[in-house]
Amino acid sequence: MDPKQTFLSWPVVRQVRSGDFLGRGPSVTSKRTRELTPRTVTADRVVQSVCPYCAVGCGQRVFVKDERVVQIEGDPDSPVSRGRLCPKGSASEQLVNSPGRQRKALYRRPGAADWEPIELSKAVEMIAQRFVDTRRRTWQDHDEHGRPLRRTMAIASLGGATLDNEENYLIKKLFTAAGAIQIENQARI
Amino acid sequence: MQDLSNADCIVIQGSNMAECHPVAYQWVMEARLKGARVIHIDPRFTRTSATADKHIPIRAGSDVVLLGALINHIISNELYFKEYVVAYTNAATLVSPEFQDTEDLDGLFSGYDDEKGSYKQDTWAYASADGEGDESPGTIGGPAAVHEHGQTESERSAGEQHGSGGPALEHARVLRDETLQDPNTVFQILKRHYSRYTPEMVADACGISVDDFHYLAEAVTENSGRERTTAFVYAVGWTQHTLGAQFIRTAAIVQLLLGNMGRPGGGIMALRGHASIQGSTDIPTLYNLLPGYLAMPVAGLHDTWEAYLGAIANKEQKGFWANADTYAVSLLKAWWGKAATAENNWRFDYLPRLSGAHGTYQTTMAMLDGEVEGYFLLGQNPAVGSAHGRMQRRAMSHLKWLVVRDFNMIESATFWKDGPEIVSGELVTEDIETEVFFLPAAAHTEKSGSFTQTQRMLQWHHQAVQPPGDCQSELQFFYELGRRVRELLADSTDERDRPLLDLTWDYPTDGHGEPDAEAVLAEINGRHLTGDKAGQPLSSYTEMKADGSTEGGCWIYTGVYADGVNHAANRKPGREQDLTALEWGWAWPANRRILYNRASADPDGKPWSERKKYVWWDEEQGRWTGHDVPDFVPDKAPTYRPEPGTGGPAGLAGDDPFVMQADGKGWLFTPKGMLDGPLPTHYEPQESPVRNPLYGQQSNPARKVFPRKDNLWSPSGGERGSEVYPFVFTTYRLTEHHTAGGMSRWLPYLAELQPEFFCEVSPELAAERGLENGGWATIVSARTAIEARVLVTERMTPLVVGGHTIHQVGLPYHWGVGKEALVSGDAANDLLGVALDPNVQIQESKAGSCDIVAGRRPQGEALLRLVEEYQSRAGSTVMTGNVLVTPPEEESR
Repeated sequence: MDPKQTFLSWPVVRQVRSGDFLGRGPSVTSKRTRELTPRTVTADRVVQSVCPYCAVGCGQRVFVKDERVVQIEGDPDSPVSRGRLCPKGSASEQLVNSPGRQRKALYRRPGAADWEPIELSKAVEMIAQRFVDTRRRTWQDHDEHGRPLRRTMAIASLGGATLDNEENYLIKKLFTAAGAIQIENQARI
Repeated sequence: MQDLSNADCIVIQGSNMAECHPVAYQWVMEARLKGARVIHIDPRFTRTSATADKHIPIRAGSDVVLLGALINHIISNELYFKEYVVAYTNAATLVSPEFQDTEDLDGLFSGYDDEKGSYKQDTWAYASADGEGDESPGTIGGPAAVHEHGQTESERSAGEQHGSGGPALEHARVLRDETLQDPNTVFQILKRHYSRYTPEMVADACGISVDDFHYLAEAVTENSGRERTTAFVYAVGWTQHTLGAQFIRTAAIVQLLLGNMGRPGGGIMALRGHASIQGSTDIPTLYNLLPGYLAMPVAGLHDTWEAYLGAIANKEQKGFWANADTYAVSLLKAWWGKAATAENNWRFDYLPRLSGAHGTYQTTMAMLDGEVEGYFLLGQNPAVGSAHGRMQRRAMSHLKWLVVRDFNMIESATFWKDGPEIVSGELVTEDIETEVFFLPAAAHTEKSGSFTQTQRMLQWHHQAVQPPGDCQSELQFFYELGRRVRELLADSTDERDRPLLDLTWDYPTDGHGEPDAEAVLAEINGRHLTGDKAGQPLSSYTEMKADGSTEGGCWIYTGVYADGVNHAANRKPGREQDLTALEWGWAWPANRRILYNRASADPDGKPWSERKKYVWWDEEQGRWTGHDVPDFVPDKAPTYRPEPGTGGPAGLAGDDPFVMQADGKGWLFTPKGMLDGPLPTHYEPQESPVRNPLYGQQSNPARKVFPRKDNLWSPSGGERGSEVYPFVFTTYRLTEHHTAGGMSRWLPYLAELQPEFFCEVSPELAAERGLENGGWATIVSARTAIEARVLVTERMTPLVVGGHTIHQVGLPYHWGVGKEALVSGDAANDLLGVALDPNVQIQESKAGSCDIVAGRRPQGEALLRLVEEYQSRAGSTVMTGNVLVTPPEEESR
């Protein structure tokens, strides 16, 4: 027997002393457990957010430590969700921290068998050039009756239902001004 | 959402709410704890069924028969809420005597155009008194009076423009018979239209027993009226059909007849599947819309500003859409600023024009034809999530350049190296000339912005951390792309570049180049441009002007930034507020939580009952008041009656609660706007083993079909060859995955919880086909064959329909073929073909025909041969299923 253990540390005595009659509470916690602190307590700050999955719009609390998301939990303040999250919402810390998440821009040349790395800024520049070039070559000014069209049918886009309103607004504004009309999102499916 | 807990009965149909929207489901459970009856109508028994009072299994695609029979039951037993129906709906309104019903024409309405495969809707209009000497401006309608042909309306997906109200009508002056006895009243037409939708027909078409029908009918009618309300809840189980919009319309008729619209615990709740799918419809990344449900202009219809204005709103119609000119001018001012002036019609000419349907499926086919060079994928994975995955992937292989912005390396980004067509040898990596850019996206925790949830509520999420590596928000990417495109064109003298160069494109950024999302929200909200309020945010869309003195990017969102405060970020805890919780987030329009809530009070403005009190007229204050923001002009008394012929909001009487409708009434019958008929009518799905039991016309005659070799269909309803694909399949979602898996199959927790694609079959079907639980099955449609693990379960019920046993196969659609996700598998959506609802251009993914056999599918070329062998045995040709009007010889078979 561990000499530091006394009569007082006998299980049944511990239970009686701590009022833990069923033996499921403090009387049976290990030293390690007692020393653990929830990440939610040691976080530097808590930021109010909204679950990114379905459209119920459950409230989330994002716990940040050392400029990194360490935990995401349901927001009890939300009148919609009252602190609850479903399995997806509960897993959203993994959505942002998953090791499989892509963090670098990649480029695949025509006919290539694999990706190659690319500088983000260079990729954006190449996309802008292709955008301008495709638009110029495929411009439709009028239809066969001389009615205005002012568009290109060679640039399309898909997606938006997972994005912010402000993002959808800029996407629609830019594409419309450029004359690209085949702009669609998940609402069509 | 919380309001569901006020319901006395909840019917969940076309949704598996407990598993797909679990957190919202707490409010259904709350209602049930308070004594509400919960009924789940669905092909499968799910956890929603397990927690409901009753599960009623239904054959996929037969919902209009069931709900139509409910309408018939309500009318023939006089169970409707008479006062509500007469005062608040168009039941008493007279329809043109030229209107002919599907009862008269064996499944077609009057106005069908054989050549165009769509309806001309003029015979569906309200009757008008053409009395001489009537000078009211409502008599003649201006440009909106021209009835647009259903074909062009369908092409521009005009149905969707009614996302915030009904279509413009020719006039506000209608004939009414409040005794409801005139044979041309909507009420009498409705009664005749559904007279053959009987409990026996429900048994025959849906596979639902007469007893179960009566259970439903009693629950719904006993829990409606002054004292009680019933709510309906649906999801894509209703929308993804070739008459999806009509499924919802049928429920709307039931709810209007029972007086459940605009009242607490009533209404129809749409459960949507993405965080801001409502927002991306309001501020649409959709081809047919401009922000706030304004139409995109169409060549030939809207060539001039005058023609456009006349079409989007008629000053002579009643309601708030009459002011659409102020919304359109404010939008153009927001986009083109000083360059937009009265002299140049606010630069209306800068807008590109539609000339047909340019939806995602049409665009996919245009890619196959080599017409599309560049494609952006922004958090969407069509290789797995869209119908006919094979067509999607092959289409993308024809692109010149593709930009994929996502968190993970989704299948749509890698189809060129590990897609199923590479495996089968149909495509060869080296031959695919598509240049692909993968740009990683920022997560919701790494950017600020607003999502609009399913009940129109905007909620702001605050940035918590900086995005890692190259990850960027769409806000930053598109701002930057726009900046660079404008730089490249800066010296252009080409007139076509003016819309880009004149665009207001200057937002403050932070030290990381991220634009200030709140500045964008402020532009969406709008501001005064002139006068002593110049620069100040608008507080309501009623402040918008058509003279260029205001700007605003999305009129229905005006008010979210009132007084310069970001109301989407309002966060007063729910427990410190009443259930409506007006101080949490901000709901459009005007922070209203229940639309049309004027209907929660009787015509005199008093609550229908103490128990269902919500919004009422306060006689002393001379104002509407209550638990919500009243959806009515605040000081318009219930007794107010407009001068005959008055248009706009002032044309609405004090007892016209449906303020966005052109006549102020809830529409039982839609004189305009629904392209496949003014009343929902049962048609069989594009592919169905069942012959339409009600009409000679088999399927929706206005549906959109695409006769192509790569889009073949099974023969339907007893046609020769239909036995080759004898079973019905339906697709669905699981709790642990999200849509096409881009946000779930890469997460260890979720991938482990649902690791593998499976199909659900009944023990009877398993016995018939020798399928073993846990074993493999191959499911074959007229498009392709896929393999899945078998789950034999009594959750699937064989139904007897038309004297035959119909087996249904359930397929969750989250997996895809690729090497990058933690879990992969065949994609259920590969089985689907492309046939669309004419109103909204949405595909039919909830009902199709298939065969199922034991064992794994063949690989490589052998897979293609198997699919061809089935097609040839069924005798499927490009015209199979694609003849819109059923020929008489087939009707008699």
